[in-house]
Amino acid sequence: MKLINLIPVGTKINFLSLRKIAILASLVLCVASFGLLVTKGLNFGIDFRGGIMLEIRTAQTADLSSIRSNLGSLGLGEIELQRFGKDTDVLIRIESQPGGASGQKIAVDKVKKILGPAVDYRRTEFVGPKVSGELIEAGVTAVVLALFAMLMYIWFRFEWQFGVGAVAALGHDVFLTIGVFSLLGLEFNLSTIAAILTIAGYSINDTVVVYDRVRENLRKYKVRPLEDVLNMSLNDTLSRTLLTSITTLIALLILYFFGGEVIKDFSFAMIWGVLVGTYSSIYVATPLLAHMNLRASAVALPEDDDNETVRP
Amino acid sequence: MVQISKWKVILVLAICGLGVLLASPNLVAPEKVGSIPSWLPNKQMSLGLDLRGGAHLLIEAKVDEALKEGLQSLQQGVRSALRRSPAIGYRSLGLIRNGISVTVRDEKDREEARQRLREIGDQMVLERDENRFTLKFTEDQLRDRRSNILEQAITILRLRIDPDSVKETSIQRQGTDRILLQVPGADPERLKRLIGQTAKMSFHLVDPEISTLDPRRRVRPGTMVLKSRDEADGSGQPLYYLVKKRIEVSGENLVDSQATVEQGRPVVSFRFDPVGARRFGNTTRRNVDKPFAIVLDKEVISAPVIREPILGGSGIISGNFTTEGARDLALLLRSGALPVPLTIIEERSVGPSLGADSIAAGKTASIFGLIAVAIFMLMAYGGFGAMAIVALAINLILIAAALSLLQATLTLPGIAGIVLTIGMAVDANVLVFERIREEQRAGRTPISAVDAGYSRALTTIIDANLTTFIAALLLYMFGSGPVKGFAVTLAIGLCTSMFTALMVTRIMVVTWLRKRRPKRLPL
Repeated sequence: MKLINLIPVGTKINFLSLRKIAILASLVLCVASFGLLVTKGLNFGIDFRGGIMLEIRTAQTADLSSIRSNLGSLGLGEIELQRFGKDTDVLIRIESQPGGASGQKIAVDKVKKILGPAVDYRRTEFVGPKVSGELIEAGVTAVVLALFAMLMYIWFRFEWQFGVGAVAALGHDVFLTIGVFSLLGLEFNLSTIAAILTIAGYSINDTVVVYDRVRENLRKYKVRPLEDVLNMSLNDTLSRTLLTSITTLIALLILYFFGGEVIKDFSFAMIWGVLVGTYSSIYVATPLLAHMNLRASAVALPEDDDNETVRP
Repeated sequence: MVQISKWKVILVLAICGLGVLLASPNLVAPEKVGSIPSWLPNKQMSLGLDLRGGAHLLIEAKVDEALKEGLQSLQQGVRSALRRSPAIGYRSLGLIRNGISVTVRDEKDREEARQRLREIGDQMVLERDENRFTLKFTEDQLRDRRSNILEQAITILRLRIDPDSVKETSIQRQGTDRILLQVPGADPERLKRLIGQTAKMSFHLVDPEISTLDPRRRVRPGTMVLKSRDEADGSGQPLYYLVKKRIEVSGENLVDSQATVEQGRPVVSFRFDPVGARRFGNTTRRNVDKPFAIVLDKEVISAPVIREPILGGSGIISGNFTTEGARDLALLLRSGALPVPLTIIEERSVGPSLGADSIAAGKTASIFGLIAVAIFMLMAYGGFGAMAIVALAINLILIAAALSLLQATLTLPGIAGIVLTIGMAVDANVLVFERIREEQRAGRTPISAVDAGYSRALTTIIDANLTTFIAALLLYMFGSGPVKGFAVTLAIGLCTSMFTALMVTRIMVVTWLRKRRPKRLPL
């Protein structure tokens, strides 16, 4: 049986020759992300900003301008309208109202009154200022702890250089994801945090697979230059890296197009994250190893033959 | 090591069979689950509120306020105890965080003051520093009181929201002063009305002189100005009543309340306990032809004139009610007053139409995802790909089984987690297949290549999955609501995909190898 060879096998691409350009490009992108974050900021959803969000469905095509002028007359402060998937669906965001919880309830009542009974309220969300503060805290804690826990894991399983490389790649992916959310003005909310953590998991996953091979090859080819070993490891794992990325991307693209409007941003973040994560494990995580004194500590490891390694 | 021991095969088959069995109730329509015999697994995946529609409300109880109220009445008690003849001179009677403090003017009164204070707070800690006494709760007592207040609030909420315990309402305590309320299929606005009212009810006499007045006007001692709930004057301004502060009968004495219809109008009937009935009887007998006010949460619901003494202990409130308004008021009175005001600090309500759309979208995405990944795997690995697809299908069944068994809530992000798992689950297979392919290229025989492929890919697979598992774990710990659902399916998916890739596909590959004994693997 002859299979279609989708992914090239037995490649000998010199990935590391591009490492200076790649690392420079990554640095530039990270700085750009940071710049965007500082100047443009993030479009925080109500999870982190507090406020009210309503998703409504109107009988006919929703007339955004009339809804806008209707709601504008209520004096509820800043109101954002956004078509949501279909012509009839509109997402309304209202800034946090003064007067605590009852203030929010009054605002929602006013909105429902002015929009009339013919509107289907598909979703009503309200997050109070206290809760949004806690959600920010929990989100940041989760991301930081996740990065830290993964670093510890890699450190425990490999030498420290791998930990540094993996976390650099991870930070790179997280940074660029936040950057793209800032650039495109996508809503940054709880599911974005979920996406970022999943991206972190995926990116580490990808990196670990390459690193496992680097470690194996380092023990196998003790006299080869480090650069060659790294290149070889990348080529060895290339088809797996691409295959897994492709199947994951297929699933995510389908989620993006068919999974409904509510998780569209989540899917987008994941798609971006998988692309960036695949790139970073090849061009960031592994080349960085070339700049750290990897050989010395790897050679200090117990001797073994080319077969299975004894592992803790 | 191409031999797999028989018991291992049996175990794997047993797990897969169990998975199918546990997942099967999900094929039955939800309303028919009851008809599954009890000896069969009959648990379905429980859908999150974002999928079936419903209200998710995070409520904050102002427990401190209730505690403070308690301390204020304690302060009142201390005041009257010290004033009791022979009166003890005191100064600076005030509240401290967990009790009250008071200073006795004269040293010789110390012992008497100690005794009187002891009587009031017999469970409390009494301390003295010179002439200054503090009477306070221990930290344990304070915690118990807080906890009791919250529990009581939860009990009353349950009575209000789900009096007949028919809905799958979930009311959970969160921390020391929060309640998480999850009600499927509920009308969030009505829910908020029911939660937002303390429903403290009392009956007062009305100062008959004036019935419409300026709320800012100074009133004589012992009276207060209260707004009418529904009545308004000609210009739409709410009506105000001058009401005597003294509570004639309190809502605590109510034993029942029902919404009924009288002369074609919705009204609320009520009935007092014996104590309340006697008090109500006395009040009405002494005040015939005078108005009295029914006050709920500092608003006058109605202020009828007493036409004759009401001695039976039951009566009717005929305010300006709609049928629904009467029903809700009766419910509020029946379930009693909340010990503490509640505020909604987070709401996530999903209407049934969005929930249904999300389920449909989730199904479509899962099926399309599965098909697309299957096609790709077939193209990439041929026969081996087919085995991976079978493993993937088993994987999905096992996820459904685990979700049903654990009764973990499936949310929309949870479905996203499943679709993502479809994409990522093949990873373990890909790792193994790639390794086998490589070992074969290095000149190994098929059997030895398969063997080396599995054993060498194992550590990589474990390393890779454990890191993602760490992410899922943290998401579960710090995520809220739907995000938690995502973490759950992601974690379950990781476990099942490792199982299927390492055990299920392996059995298939090995069985195939032994039957065919190929010279070369089609990889």
